[in-house]
Amino acid sequence: MEMLPFILATVFTAATPLLIAALGEHVTERAGVLNLGVEGMMIVGAATGFAAAVLTDSSVFGIIAGALAGMALSAVFALMVLVFATNQVATGLALTIMGLGLAGLIGQGFVGQPRAAIPPVQIPLLSEIPVLGKAIFTGDFVFFLSLGLIAFVAWGLNRTRFGLLLRAVGESHGSAHALGLPVKRIRLVAILFGGLLAGLAGAYLSLIYTRFWSPGMSAGRGWIALALVVFAGGHVWRLVLGAYLFGGITVAQLHAQAGAIGLPSQFLSALPYLMTIAALLFLSISGRKGAGAAGSLGQPFVPER
Amino acid sequence: MSFNLALVPRRDVSLIRQVLTPVVALLVALLIGGVIVWLMGRSPAKAFDVFLREPLTDPWALQEVLLKSTPLMLISIGLIFCFRANRWNIGAEGQFLLGGIFGGGVAIATHGLTGPWILPLMMLAGALGGMLYAAIPAMLRNRFGISEILTSLMLVYVAELLLDYLVRGPWRDPKGFNFPQSVPFTDAAQLQPLFEGGRLHAGFALALLAVLVAILVFRRSLFGFAVRASGEAPRAANFAGFNEQRITLVVFLISGGLAGLAGMIEVSGQVGQLRPGFGQGLGFTAIIVAFLGRLSPVGAMLSSLVIAVLLIGAESAQVSLKLPFDLTRFFMGLLLITVLAGESLNRYRLEFRKEAA
Amino acid sequence: MGIAFWGYFMSRTGVLAVLAVSLGLAAPAVAQEKLKVGFIYVGPVGDFGWSYQHDEGRKAIEKAFPGRVETTFIESVPEADSERSIEQLARTGHKLIFTTSFGYMEPTLKVAKKYPNVMFEHATGFKRDKNVATYSAKFHEGRFIIGKIAGKMTKTNTLGYVGAMPIPEVIAGINAFYLGAKSVNPDVKIKIAWANAWFDPGKEGDAAKALLDQGADIITQHTDSPAPLQQASARGKLAFGQASDMTRFAPNHILTSIIDDWAPYYVERTRAVLEGKWQSQDVFDGLAKGKVKMGPYVNMPDEVKKLAEETEAALKSGKIDAFMCPVVAQDGKTVECKGGDRLTDEQVVGMNFYVQGIEGTIPK
Repeated sequence: MEMLPFILATVFTAATPLLIAALGEHVTERAGVLNLGVEGMMIVGAATGFAAAVLTDSSVFGIIAGALAGMALSAVFALMVLVFATNQVATGLALTIMGLGLAGLIGQGFVGQPRAAIPPVQIPLLSEIPVLGKAIFTGDFVFFLSLGLIAFVAWGLNRTRFGLLLRAVGESHGSAHALGLPVKRIRLVAILFGGLLAGLAGAYLSLIYTRFWSPGMSAGRGWIALALVVFAGGHVWRLVLGAYLFGGITVAQLHAQAGAIGLPSQFLSALPYLMTIAALLFLSISGRKGAGAAGSLGQPFVPER
Repeated sequence: MSFNLALVPRRDVSLIRQVLTPVVALLVALLIGGVIVWLMGRSPAKAFDVFLREPLTDPWALQEVLLKSTPLMLISIGLIFCFRANRWNIGAEGQFLLGGIFGGGVAIATHGLTGPWILPLMMLAGALGGMLYAAIPAMLRNRFGISEILTSLMLVYVAELLLDYLVRGPWRDPKGFNFPQSVPFTDAAQLQPLFEGGRLHAGFALALLAVLVAILVFRRSLFGFAVRASGEAPRAANFAGFNEQRITLVVFLISGGLAGLAGMIEVSGQVGQLRPGFGQGLGFTAIIVAFLGRLSPVGAMLSSLVIAVLLIGAESAQVSLKLPFDLTRFFMGLLLITVLAGESLNRYRLEFRKEAA
Repeated sequence: MGIAFWGYFMSRTGVLAVLAVSLGLAAPAVAQEKLKVGFIYVGPVGDFGWSYQHDEGRKAIEKAFPGRVETTFIESVPEADSERSIEQLARTGHKLIFTTSFGYMEPTLKVAKKYPNVMFEHATGFKRDKNVATYSAKFHEGRFIIGKIAGKMTKTNTLGYVGAMPIPEVIAGINAFYLGAKSVNPDVKIKIAWANAWFDPGKEGDAAKALLDQGADIITQHTDSPAPLQQASARGKLAFGQASDMTRFAPNHILTSIIDDWAPYYVERTRAVLEGKWQSQDVFDGLAKGKVKMGPYVNMPDEVKKLAEETEAALKSGKIDAFMCPVVAQDGKTVECKGGDRLTDEQVVGMNFYVQGIEGTIPK
């Protein structure tokens, strides 16, 4: 029982970068845009964030810079798919490759430099609650920010006029356009938000999760974030569940090893992906056709006029 | 960002324009790349020489270019069928891996045997493995309406883990000191070099054959027409009597089969055993190749060569100019961006408007 | 059109190839002939672990023979597609080539056959040829020392070990560490978590956290990034550095580091080539030859520091070994003692069992 809060805290930190990046991509995809460049934006955020933190000697500034760098890269994506109406799959992949290269170039001079930890935030009173209190109410500030972001995205998408418009644009850009909605402007906001969060997730990796920069450190987490968005099938709560489940499985696997319990680790690692497909299947069989993806996801939008 | 920009479709696009656009795109990318090289304090002229001229003029490097282009060509030719039909198979990497696993499985099962039948059997198995794996996202789309984009992507990870499991567990070389790898294949299970001193093998000929067949299918066959029609105007295609679901399945089987064949060729011709990481992301690079080649078979052939030249050139650049590999990656992404933008400008005209769209 | 096109192409390349060759021949006549030494790295130079340390060795060569050698490296070379990169170095006039990962074994041998006048050095492999030497380091000696430190310093009697992959080198390291710890603390237990990667900072860190959660109060690692050390430090627990001196990542919680130092070996082998004395060989040494070094012993009482220093000296002189007989395997059987009073190098290189007292099985 003593170690439970620690285990939960480990799960939360493992899940937080996935959750943040997935929240951003979730919004982008709700607007009908598929950005496969999450991995690229994430690693550029990690490199830029770390470089900025070292140069200014402020981790907080680094995290802001990382988020902005992710957003800058997403602006390139927006320019391509919105102005030039290029194929989103190809553009997203280009973004990932570009990002991996760019991050390597940015981070060149910063390899192997250590950074001090950002002191954890303790919420008074609540952190005194036994077991859960310690796990949930003691953490780094980005963890709390991510909780805020969950609420913000859920509220923004479902309870605001802008969220309604955004979803309408995603469902059918043709009809939205016919109704006079500014399709491109709304999608621009969604893409930039996705980039901002991917960059933030990257900066979290290099400044909080591991606290140093090294090339390739995102290690496929951007792609996992994309899988989580599919798993969510349009619901923020399922996204959150998926992220913590994924973090939980990773950590559980390591605990099983440390506790000398033999388990085929590859099967456990494959579980999240198989579960995602199973979830899609379940949704589809239970009659919800199209299982969650926005109606015009991935299609270029060229208004006829 | 101004939203007063609008795309207006061009009525007809001249052939010169079509040919020149990718060239101009390449030049723009080279210009930007050159500036970056210059900013890094190296000579851009020297960099172009190393990246682009050397791999094409040195017979050894040329063979390596052709070798490197082989899997890219095979996979991208298959992907063209999917992408033309507006089906988004982005899991070619997984199908490539399954092809290697099936083909390599035959090699392991027949270890110690000789005979000219082993290689053809491996090829069949490889293609079959890729096809079976590609059928999963196709069936999920057909039967349950699940987006193939993400299922095919997720199956890549499952394939990686399957390979990992096999080479650490049941297929591990008992004499391999516990390293995660299978037994080394015997000569009977390896594609042999065509020329003395080089490494080019018959896989390249197969890739060229695939290009040729694809050209014929798209130009001459009803199926090729159906694929294009299904992509461009699904409703019209329906009226014309083409079964959407059947097209989905067939284009996935074609691209999966070719990716699987490529995987088997890579395992047999290059690696010589099964080991984690033999995919090297070639399945993803091939997507870029397909788009660089503007989804045409000839274009895919040429762009696999261009990318192979860049990859080989990148290695020489590390050796002779000490330019980091990251630069090449950045450049490849950049190149794709300029080509996509160029292609868009081919189809549309940019027009400035006063009011927002 | 096809044949004419290819014919044209081939003849052109022929001419250019001749041009290139003549230019290539002209160049060395002007400059003083330098020995070109090449390196193939499996990771980026900046991984700060394995490849980084090899690159430090490369830099040492340049420093040791100013003006006489020229070095080149190709980084992030995937093991499955390394033959071309190795040949690329061989054919561009590199006379001595270091391939620094186990997976380069077969490709190195293949290329070596084609270039009999080029000398190859393959790290951690076991297949040699006339022009292919192999070399490795007895990292387990360092692990024996840190095992003793950990055994003395632990309060929970539980030690955590982050492993990369269950290959013999890592297994031998775990055994040496455990034997060291047990020799000073019979109640000590070891918990092992596998990252299944040499380099994935996030996963390595998570593995360390899982071990800490399971009650380990000292962390050691056989992966490349400083993440496990950092995670231990963040919880106020002690840990060791790996591959390089990692003091700056956790100055108050690091006990010492096991440092790979390839520089002396690389300089020695380069000198051998320069003097025309290079021969194929297999070298497996450690503290004695300086290939394995220990970082400063810090954050521990003087008596533990003294114990560590004495152990280091005894290992260095060869008086003791990490695997002194009798070595008892997990299943209770005593391992055949082939090296007199200790296990032989071969037995260590191929080690495929846990010693008695370690729980769990080696994963598949």
